[in-house]
Amino acid sequence: MHTKFRWLAALAVGALSVGSMTACSASGGSGDADTITYWASNQAPTVERDAEVLQESIDRYTEETGVKVDLEVIPWSDLYNRILTAVSSGEGPDVLNIGNTWAVSLQSSGAFVPWEGDALEQIGGKDRFVQSSFATGGAEGQAPTSVPIYGLSYSLYYNTAMFEAAGITEPPATWDEFVEDAKKLTIDTDGDGSIDQWGVTMAGSSISNNAHQAFVRGLQNGGSLYDDDGNPDFGNDGVVAGVKQWVDLMAVDKVVSPSDAESVNGADMAATFADGQAAMFFDQAPGDNLKSRDFTDYAAAPVPMETADATGLLGTQSHVAGINVSVFENSGNKDAAIAFVKHLTSDAEQKYLNESFGALPVVTAAYDDPAFQTDVIKLKQVTLADHAQPMPLYPSEGQMETLVGTAIKNLLATAAQGGSVSEADVKSALEDANSQMSSGQ
Amino acid sequence: MTVNVLPPATAEEDLPPDPHQQAPLEPAKRKRHRSPLAYFLVGPAALAELLVHIVPMVLGIWIAFITLNQLSIANWVNAPFVGLQNFVTALDPSSPIAGQLYGALGRTLMFTVIVVAIAWSMGMLGAVLLTSSFKGRGILRTLFLVPYALPSYVGTIAWAFMFNQRDGAINRFLVDDLGILQDRPFWLLGGNSFWAIVIVTAWQFWPFAFLMLLAALQNIPGDVYEAASLDGASLWKQFTLITLPMVKPANAVLLLIMSLWIFNQFNVPYVLFGPASPEQATLISPLIYQQSFNNWNFGLGGAMSVMLLVVLLIASAFYIRMVLPKGQHDD
Amino acid sequence: MIETRGFKVFRFFGLAFLSLVVIVPLYVVLTTSIKPLADVQGLFTWIPSRVTLEPYVQIWQTVPLASYFKNSLIVTISATVLSVAMAVLAAYSLARLRFRGQRSFSLVVLSTQMFPGILFLLPLFLIFVQIQRTIGVQLTGSYLGLIITYMTFSLPFSIWMLTGYFASIPKELEEASMIDGTGRLGALFRVIIPVAKPGIIAVAVYAFITAWGEVLFASVLTSKDTRTLSIGLRAYASQQDVYWNQLMAASVVVSLPVLIGFMLVQKHLITGLSSGAVK
Repeated sequence: MHTKFRWLAALAVGALSVGSMTACSASGGSGDADTITYWASNQAPTVERDAEVLQESIDRYTEETGVKVDLEVIPWSDLYNRILTAVSSGEGPDVLNIGNTWAVSLQSSGAFVPWEGDALEQIGGKDRFVQSSFATGGAEGQAPTSVPIYGLSYSLYYNTAMFEAAGITEPPATWDEFVEDAKKLTIDTDGDGSIDQWGVTMAGSSISNNAHQAFVRGLQNGGSLYDDDGNPDFGNDGVVAGVKQWVDLMAVDKVVSPSDAESVNGADMAATFADGQAAMFFDQAPGDNLKSRDFTDYAAAPVPMETADATGLLGTQSHVAGINVSVFENSGNKDAAIAFVKHLTSDAEQKYLNESFGALPVVTAAYDDPAFQTDVIKLKQVTLADHAQPMPLYPSEGQMETLVGTAIKNLLATAAQGGSVSEADVKSALEDANSQMSSGQ
Repeated sequence: MTVNVLPPATAEEDLPPDPHQQAPLEPAKRKRHRSPLAYFLVGPAALAELLVHIVPMVLGIWIAFITLNQLSIANWVNAPFVGLQNFVTALDPSSPIAGQLYGALGRTLMFTVIVVAIAWSMGMLGAVLLTSSFKGRGILRTLFLVPYALPSYVGTIAWAFMFNQRDGAINRFLVDDLGILQDRPFWLLGGNSFWAIVIVTAWQFWPFAFLMLLAALQNIPGDVYEAASLDGASLWKQFTLITLPMVKPANAVLLLIMSLWIFNQFNVPYVLFGPASPEQATLISPLIYQQSFNNWNFGLGGAMSVMLLVVLLIASAFYIRMVLPKGQHDD
Repeated sequence: MIETRGFKVFRFFGLAFLSLVVIVPLYVVLTTSIKPLADVQGLFTWIPSRVTLEPYVQIWQTVPLASYFKNSLIVTISATVLSVAMAVLAAYSLARLRFRGQRSFSLVVLSTQMFPGILFLLPLFLIFVQIQRTIGVQLTGSYLGLIITYMTFSLPFSIWMLTGYFASIPKELEEASMIDGTGRLGALFRVIIPVAKPGIIAVAVYAFITAWGEVLFASVLTSKDTRTLSIGLRAYASQQDVYWNQLMAASVVVSLPVLIGFMLVQKHLITGLSSGAVK
């Protein structure tokens, strides 16, 4: 009967599938003395490219130590969930990349190896690292559970041709100059009555970008997202002033296109910039993006501060951006894992990897390499070393970013639709976000 | 008699009228004893459900009663028991979280009603129009399935692409081509964002209703319609007096399940807005996700889910009682 | 339905409306998939000014799409077949037989649809890991774990739908068969399944589509060897940029198997009682 045949066929397929699956199991991550598993994050334009770049480095490691590395490059959309399941189940890789703002949160889970004593010695000790990058590895006063491998920082990118056309000779050094320049650059180029060149472009719906701005602007205005006791304090005057400055660019100064309130992707800023629709923006590493669009009429400058000579916290131009690397506490092969981290943070590999990914080395010795002598890199090196602070080093940092970033997104949305945003509005939005912080932690 | 909440039409009395049916066999011949064969037939499904759905759900419910955050998650078996505290945080009207929760619940209810109404109507329309045979029917049937067949991420991202305020197709059409609007409205921010998720969800789901109703309509013999129209019944009367009652069992299930799925809808808002939805479009599932995954506060997320489960259970119980009251008696 | 003139006109407009609603976004997807990247990033144009098939070539290189395809096919087909088989057996049992716990089984199965899907994620992963450790069967990062998960996901609705469907088939059909000596199971296979084909096909399509497009659980239950298409699609939106044209091209390619499959089975959606089987 054909129905019986269908039934049997179904069973057969099922059995076959089940049978072949147990044979096809992927590696679990720990146990085998000559292989370690490494979860890498997506730094290059494509996941494939990441794998290519890393494979070269891995091959050198395997040649040196005889240990094989099972590499998996995980897109950002999945990385966090994978880490979460690894931490909760105890089954994960041996070595993994993390966004450095996750470091303290992950540290408090206790699932990662602290870098102190022997382990720290093996990778050459703390002093060979760029101190601001190293500081992101964990909470203050505790041994860090991650060490940096790629560094990044924000800079101001501006269109040199537009600056010339507007008669601006120097990039702005203070916020007031910045706003003034932006206004000069916001013009109607084709005379049809609507503005088509904006002074500044931003990614208003990018939660992380918004949070970064709140952090930096807040510090520049003398405020801070957390108070000295480690409690969230988003409504303090400095932060409110800083966020207001940022939102005002769209709401009051009108130098940002309302459409930007919808941009989710940092890459949207580069696209708008390359299209000639905006004269300035803040970003970490749009170089590759701009190059792929054949756009070269730009230069980079330090992020403007309140006063041109600000130092210390007031002189913060960027948060310490970057990627860190950790070793899983449950790893079955910690020695090889630590040796691999040593490899990744070695001077030679730092030069190779950061050049390939367009990032900054996190060890001071690697900066001598000619690849890092361009103006842009040197600028960022200075920013990272002298004008950058780690995002708040508390486990609730992730929650903070989401709440503050969303609050700003909503304020920008109001501004984009023509509403007004007063200081009181900003303050109440931030206080609202603050009140949602304490639950459950 | 207690109302038996079995799936519809398990008793003799509920069979749709079939004019060609022979006289029913005497009651004595109906199998009423408990059948051991049944356990074998249900066994595999029961086992799978247990493993993948039931046990995780029980675990998920248990999580509502503990503190599960980054501090305790590596050793979750020993996480501290906190009784009803998570529930208090989630439900106490004075807490900001609860405010969001209640708002999201109301919004999600409205969302569900609107989307199910639209999707079902379109599905029924399509099913009815494609039941009779004509040239090109097969192509249309396949075409109509596409929005549902497309992976949800793809369909949503395509709409996100179209809804873009500056460059998207929708505003291009409304403002540039048709000129009926002056300013380019935002669809992914502000008040319109609610309608954006309604449109996208309805677009993705209506083929599902279409598919199921199409199958259900097959059970209605053509002769019934012939007889009716010979009697002079109009098309609309045929629809309401023949079609609707005869697909009622399948329809009841369809509406219930669609409502549950759409109520718990997560993918569309997540892909459209990212991890943080605009206030006017925050649904309950993304809110729970935010509490659990973004904030590492699984206990709170668990409490909200349990509450959701309870609410939906009660609602479903009412629905089942109301819609399938007849013939569910134990003998 | 008798097809009056009025009905035909109504049908024309009704179908035109539905078609338009479906087609417009698809048109956007298709035209975007044949535009060069630069054209995709500006204002949307209805007619592409430049046409290229490059994206359809590039998609296989940007992301290992072929491998993802293979994985998705294996996982989805297995899950669908197993799910439909289990659902048919269970639904028949619920519709025709009586057994203890029948009511609770139905209700419990329904209640799983009321719990937010995202909250099954972590517990399921933990359970799989436990099983892995205890009996050594690889469930995470393997096909098996994902197959088991997907086949179960489509069970509740499939069982509920088929139960109703089976119940509305007159008992006389099986009873006639059983009188002929085939027994219950024989009746199921010989009589019920062929008659219930539309319902079974509908449910199979549902199971396939559910598994084919699922993202959340695939993101944690797969490793790079078993990664499925739905995950792969998200990789076109990378760190730096969203390659819209490639993403749309990949979407077209990814949707083809489902549509082709459906085209092949859709004629089976129209059989059964309406052809007078009960006579």
